[in-house]
Amino acid sequence: MPLFEPIIGQYFTMDVNGQSYRIYVEESGSGIPLVCLHTAGSDARQYRHLLCDETITKNFRVIAFDMPWHGKSNPPPGFRSKEYKLTTNLYKDIVMAFCHSYDLINPVIMGCSMGGRLTLHLALEQANYFRSVIALEGADKLEPYYDLSWLHRPDIHGGEVCAAFVSAQVAPQSPDEYRWETLWHYMQGGPGVFKGDLYFYWHDGDFDDRSPKIDTKQCPVYLLSGEYDSSCTPERTMETAGRISGAKATIMSGMGHFPMSENPELFKSYIYPVLEEILDM
Amino acid sequence: MEAEIINELKGLVNRNAALTRRGKWVNLSFIFGIGDDDYLINVAKGKIVEVRKRTLPTECGEFSIRATKNTWQEHWQHMPKRDYHDIWSMLPKKLITLDGNLIPLIQNLQFFKDLIASLREEQT
Repeated sequence: MPLFEPIIGQYFTMDVNGQSYRIYVEESGSGIPLVCLHTAGSDARQYRHLLCDETITKNFRVIAFDMPWHGKSNPPPGFRSKEYKLTTNLYKDIVMAFCHSYDLINPVIMGCSMGGRLTLHLALEQANYFRSVIALEGADKLEPYYDLSWLHRPDIHGGEVCAAFVSAQVAPQSPDEYRWETLWHYMQGGPGVFKGDLYFYWHDGDFDDRSPKIDTKQCPVYLLSGEYDSSCTPERTMETAGRISGAKATIMSGMGHFPMSENPELFKSYIYPVLEEILDM
Repeated sequence: MEAEIINELKGLVNRNAALTRRGKWVNLSFIFGIGDDDYLINVAKGKIVEVRKRTLPTECGEFSIRATKNTWQEHWQHMPKRDYHDIWSMLPKKLITLDGNLIPLIQNLQFFKDLIASLREEQT
């Protein structure tokens, strides 16, 4: 028999606002639920190293799912008749429907990039439900720096251009093997999906006007961002932390925008203390 | 300084089989600007045919990529500082200027990124 990894992958269908979504989810471990949200244009494979890490899975039930349109989760029936555009409300509704489908009790939620941004929304609006939120590369406000139309047009290969755009977001110190695995996920995204996600990340999801209302005594907030992140920069992360009283921010030296997949060993040195703190709460 | 460095570019790129394979559909000239100096780089099937200093205003490329001498020096460090490590990370900090027809650049973005980064110092 092969030496299987401890990850179990499964499919299920859930309803969100009257629309059915077939979802692919991977999980490993037992204990406090730790729901993981992937970055824009990628999928839950980004979390494979955490899912296989016994130091984490002995205390946490790590659950990572592909958002609809991503990875092995389907787009909803009828998707071809409209343009994919992730809104703040749809994203929140999908994540909450997922957590309720699983009957999770007081989970921790960790998201990266657009997932990180969403966890801040949830820290405010679902403070009673989530035990804590961990925003990786997740600021409450960002500035676009390129035209999203480049990401979905017939004369440019979508997979190649998405990977080439985000390759700038991987730190030069990160191992080449994991750099290219991270980029491979982007090369496999569906047409227009990264663009549709960035509608939330760059346009619809700004949160700096409400982030000061987050009560970190009720729902502790951790912000961890990479030194080499060009969008959620260290400066924007610290500005976000400054607006959220009690938030704990860490800048990860020698790290880019994809900590869990571009340099998993280095990331563990930053995430272990956070998870230990959550365990002690 | 830059003339010596830029002269190395042709050999570095053309000896890199993985890079020239990635760029095998690239056939064009583009302008690479270092400070006030422009260089015309002619590429055919992913290989550099010629690199020469632009002397006439009528010598144009399909597009141009320009930054200061200091920006390129930082980019070519073995372990570049943040913001200088990739031409796309230079964009939000306005360290780089792109002009012209960007379609062939973006169609082959990783190729052009790697071509320019070929001048990065090796670890000693």
